[in-house]
Amino acid sequence: MQFFENVGNIITKYWPYFLKGLGLTMLIALIGTVIGLLIGLLTGIIRTIPLSKKKVVYYIQKTVNVIIAIYVEVFRGTPMMVQAMVIYWGYAFMNGGNTLPLIPAGIFIVSINTGAYMAEIVRGGIISIDKGQFEGAYSVGMTHWQAMIHVIIPQVLRNILPSISNEFVINIKDTSVLNVIGVMELYYMASKVQSMTWKIFETYLIICVMYFIMTYSITRLLRLCEKKLAGKNSYTICGSQSDPSAEIHVKEAE
Amino acid sequence: MENKSTQTVVELCHLEKSFGDHEVLKDINLSVHKGEVISVIGSSGSGKSTMLRCINLLEIPTGGKIYYEGTDIESKEIKLTSYRAKVEMVFQQFNLFNNMTALDNCVKPQMIVLKRTREEAERIALEYIEKVGMSAYRNAKPSQLSGGQKQRIAIARALSMNPDVILFDEPTSALDPEMVGEVLEVMKSLAKAGYTMIVVTHEMGFAREVSDRVIFMDGGYIVEEGTPEEIFSSPKMERTKEFLSRVL
Repeated sequence: MQFFENVGNIITKYWPYFLKGLGLTMLIALIGTVIGLLIGLLTGIIRTIPLSKKKVVYYIQKTVNVIIAIYVEVFRGTPMMVQAMVIYWGYAFMNGGNTLPLIPAGIFIVSINTGAYMAEIVRGGIISIDKGQFEGAYSVGMTHWQAMIHVIIPQVLRNILPSISNEFVINIKDTSVLNVIGVMELYYMASKVQSMTWKIFETYLIICVMYFIMTYSITRLLRLCEKKLAGKNSYTICGSQSDPSAEIHVKEAE
Repeated sequence: MENKSTQTVVELCHLEKSFGDHEVLKDINLSVHKGEVISVIGSSGSGKSTMLRCINLLEIPTGGKIYYEGTDIESKEIKLTSYRAKVEMVFQQFNLFNNMTALDNCVKPQMIVLKRTREEAERIALEYIEKVGMSAYRNAKPSQLSGGQKQRIAIARALSMNPDVILFDEPTSALDPEMVGEVLEVMKSLAKAGYTMIVVTHEMGFAREVSDRVIFMDGGYIVEEGTPEEIFSSPKMERTKEFLSRVL
């Protein structure tokens, strides 16, 4: 059949293009998701700091919270494709026509966009943690930061892992909009191949399958992580269960 | 526990706490001496737990002062975190860290707050975990433990910090009746060992048997205080009699 022949021809002839695009798509999506998550965690921690009694600190906290809120609203409320154009050409406009290097620009745009979503996901995750976990941490003498790092965030991460993998999948697909500034990710490569072959349907069908394989394997992989993090339901007692006196004894203090 | 020292560890002076318009603590005055076991009794909403939470500064008092060894705990002379490490709290809902094993619940706070090494913290933690009879469960996660077991680990966590005072906020109220005993046993042994304890409780048996002093609270005031004998056998105030007649 003509169709399969075309697909075969395109793949054998242009596979380096697809592979390069795939690599860049994964790279941008992965780094973007990780940095976005870090932004989310940081803003989450900052936004949940109890308001200080000191007037100066109080107003600084309020201001920072407002800035974070504006950031979240703006970046969630506008399309990433438009953000890409505004940031890329805005930089060029302000620097006399010098543009940002493409790959870092792409990573930056995806990160800052993901960060806005992650900020809300993390905030939701922190709110969902029982207040007692904070009180337990404070009562032993931990600071807000210590409580967050050692007690709260590990639990938040576990709870929001499905949302993180969701963001990652969205990012794999959404990096395609970076073609508007010329980042050579998978979609950009496909349009290049298409312009050389004029086999539009076949070319885009190929990357369609490639996108799906990427997102599907990522989803499966992260599902495995979730299962691993959930841990075992049962517990084996240390020492011998049948003989209570066989309990392991603690060494005497030196 | 006859030779109690008269050294005051924690002192509450005209302590007040309101939530908005709602005044929970009106004028609380209390001195806690080293090695003393104080039981706080009273009906729900009388301010018992709020008082305890104020002592740990989980609630910020809206009036009055709290002194720890003579220092105002809200002043700059004392660091909030190091104060809290000295005055440990055991909660009704245990509040064990769900992401850590029983052992780590006792080890990590020592490492984080007291900057002890893992080795030292583990040695101390294991000692207290054994004291509360939980050695066999040291590697279990909180979700794998029963209520009574969780509370015993929570007590071990508090003890591992080598505190000067331990505050118990209704430690047995969330437990099944058959698990209350195991926790009270541990608390009795602590009282015997000379720990300074303030226990908010509905366990009148415990209050009567173990404490050096019983405090009856009502409507945001300490209405009556005295030895268990005085409070339980010959209460002076009408309100105390009424409360005791309902709970005993």
